[in-house]
Amino acid sequence: MENVKNHIVPYRTFLYVLALLIVLTLTSVTLTQISLGTFTVTIALLIAAIKSSFVLRIFMHLKFESLMLKLMVLAVILIICLVIFITLLDYLYR
Amino acid sequence: MSTQRTIEESSYLEHKGRFKGIFSWIFSTDHKRIALLYLFSILTFFAVGATLGLLMKFELIAPGKTIMDAQTYNAFFTLHGIVMIFAVVIPGLPAVFGNFLLPIMIGAKDVAFPRLNLMSWYLYVIGVSLVLVSQFAGQGPPDTGWTFYAPYSFRTAGNMLPAVLGAFVLGFSSILTGLNFLVTMHRMRAPGMTWLKMPLFPWTLYATGWVQLLATPVVGITLLMVVAERTLHIGFFDPTLGGDPILYQHLFWTYSHPAVYIMILPAMGAISEIITTFSHKTIFGYRFMVASVLAIAFVGYFVWGHHMFTSGMSGTALYTFSILTFLVAIPSAVKVFNWISTMHQGSIDLQTPFYWAMAFIFLFMVGGFSGLILGSLAANVHLHNTHFVVSHFHFIVFGGTGFAFFGAMHYWYPKITGRMYDTRWANIGLVLFFVGFVTLYGPMFLLGMNGMPRRYFDYDEVFHAGNIVSTMGSWVLYSGLAIIIINLFSSLKSGPKAPADPWGGKTLEWTIPSPPPVENFDETPVITKGPYDYN
Amino acid sequence: MTTETHRDDLASKTGMWLFLFTEMLLFGGLFVVYSVYRYRNAEAFHLAAEELSVFVGTINTIILLISSATIAMSITAIQKHNKKLTLLLLGITVLLGLAFLVNKYFEWGEHIREHIYPGSPILASRGQGDVLFYGLYFFMTGLHALHIIIGLVFICVIGRLIIRDKIVHDNFVLLENSGLYWHLVDLIWIFLFPLFYLIT
Repeated sequence: MENVKNHIVPYRTFLYVLALLIVLTLTSVTLTQISLGTFTVTIALLIAAIKSSFVLRIFMHLKFESLMLKLMVLAVILIICLVIFITLLDYLYR
Repeated sequence: MSTQRTIEESSYLEHKGRFKGIFSWIFSTDHKRIALLYLFSILTFFAVGATLGLLMKFELIAPGKTIMDAQTYNAFFTLHGIVMIFAVVIPGLPAVFGNFLLPIMIGAKDVAFPRLNLMSWYLYVIGVSLVLVSQFAGQGPPDTGWTFYAPYSFRTAGNMLPAVLGAFVLGFSSILTGLNFLVTMHRMRAPGMTWLKMPLFPWTLYATGWVQLLATPVVGITLLMVVAERTLHIGFFDPTLGGDPILYQHLFWTYSHPAVYIMILPAMGAISEIITTFSHKTIFGYRFMVASVLAIAFVGYFVWGHHMFTSGMSGTALYTFSILTFLVAIPSAVKVFNWISTMHQGSIDLQTPFYWAMAFIFLFMVGGFSGLILGSLAANVHLHNTHFVVSHFHFIVFGGTGFAFFGAMHYWYPKITGRMYDTRWANIGLVLFFVGFVTLYGPMFLLGMNGMPRRYFDYDEVFHAGNIVSTMGSWVLYSGLAIIIINLFSSLKSGPKAPADPWGGKTLEWTIPSPPPVENFDETPVITKGPYDYN
Repeated sequence: MTTETHRDDLASKTGMWLFLFTEMLLFGGLFVVYSVYRYRNAEAFHLAAEELSVFVGTINTIILLISSATIAMSITAIQKHNKKLTLLLLGITVLLGLAFLVNKYFEWGEHIREHIYPGSPILASRGQGDVLFYGLYFFMTGLHALHIIIGLVFICVIGRLIIRDKIVHDNFVLLENSGLYWHLVDLIWIFLFPLFYLIT
């Protein structure tokens, strides 16, 4: 049975990822202080997406989980994005 | 595998556990007992909803006030909708037949999380209790319709909060059932049962589980927003504060359309089981059946705007939703074709469950075609909010899920109870039920096309004749229902004992005794063949 | 019913992930509302966002990121038989969560003192864009804070189980599950932060 997990993530890995996440956070704060017009939001959300992928893959261990679980997570994200997109088809074109 | 009961074994009905009497039921984590707890609750609320419907039809037998005034009628159709949708048809097949049959059909002892399963039922009871409270406390029952449209839902004096919170809790119950079934199928299939050796009823429960899991939270948050609107004046849907009422509709239907797939997919699964068994032939196109079930669940997530064609959405949204609505009909058509092809050159055994399945196919097709008509933008302008819509959804939800529910009752009754019912009375009941159904809902298509609005307690004299026919249909339907229920109940005590496999079915539930022992199987079965191996 | 309880950690973990999906969809509905109203009131949202303190928001973001790291490390600790370190890391996680809530309390307090809250006539007089921005701000960060509280309670319960040796180096799926829940709370904030604080 898969009750005994033999994969241990070293402390160091989590600390490196944490450092990276803090750097990305400070980067997004700095970049959004500069007036980039409509791209400000895009940049901020892009960095948020990158941070999320690290949290999902390393902190939440998704990188080491089954393909099935990875596909499920992707499918859920896809569905949320599609719902937002299709709803905006109404508001963008009124 | 033994189908004879040993002296030590008792069935799940007789089993003596930690608790006595009623507590052995309401504290039980046995999926079979939980299924019956749900059955009892759901049939009770079906009776409530059906009585409301009967009284509404009686009000409509003549123009003007017959037995109730407008406000009462509004409260009636609101409660009728909330009860039928949230307390009967959405839990319906998954909570009763899914709970009872799923573990058995995949060769397992129980679901993945038995205590969570019991909690789902407790949440169901709490949810419906809250809905009932809304009828009697405060400033009068809700009158918004089950759809709770903004801005009326946060301006009406009616008792919205318990009703909305009740729906929220019922949603939670649904989510937990779906979650439980998904993990059960991922982790507890018997050795040798690959995904593509799993029977079709479990497959439909799988697709349904995803819809329950991913769609229900959206209505959950929407209802919380309505609560915030009512109590805090937060402004999300209030036009005077900058909110858009159409956004409410978007969010509400983002759940409530997939909800109808929660209703119909398990129904289709049960029909697949019944048709296969009584055709004594393996299902035609098993892989296409699986693919179409998953396709319906996925595409069905993106068609919600077809409930809102006349609301004021953009042209782009109109075309997008109309096209997607047409697309989602295709996998359903595939299924109907495959059911018929299964019957073709099969060795048909005309039994009660098979009659229910044939009625299902006819009524489902009428409902489906009328749905395509409504999905056409030009026709929708004329038909929206008329009785055409009422007829459409009753054909597909009542004629579809409802008939499949009764078909499943008559199919799995021997397995669940260990008894057989009286076939003659069952068939008489079915005929009356079917004739009453078509008489009740058929005229509504014409009434709607000629302009009779829905959710009105009054109507123009020109619609009178159609309404008389329709209301009389409700009496015939009700008498058929009474015969069916009385037959099933009286056979519990006096029906002849049923063998393990009265119908010649090939799925795993027919290999164990009727009724099953507590742990379902003496030994975990090992699967070597496909699910419908009639060769 | 007395089936011998067989353990299935993967079932338990899968169940937790599925539950997380429901939370994602729950907040997803609010992101739909946010997208629509931001599109329709872009200017007002810009200006209102400037009234939020980027400094406090950034501190809160970093607090949650660190707390995610500490709870992730607690799983490594328990696998390495280090019960003390496991409990220490969980303790830090809880303290950081509480610090987040304290910050939120002061942030909200300031707005409420200036009569900016859902339903307030002062807010209504500022215009529809502001009403919607602050409505979303309070609702979304409020719902998020509620999830932080739930997460902290969950972690404390797990902490107790660890103290009583019910969760150990070869039976720790409950600790993993509490971690997953906490990470989700962090993920939601990772998106809330730019959408409310950085869109100036």
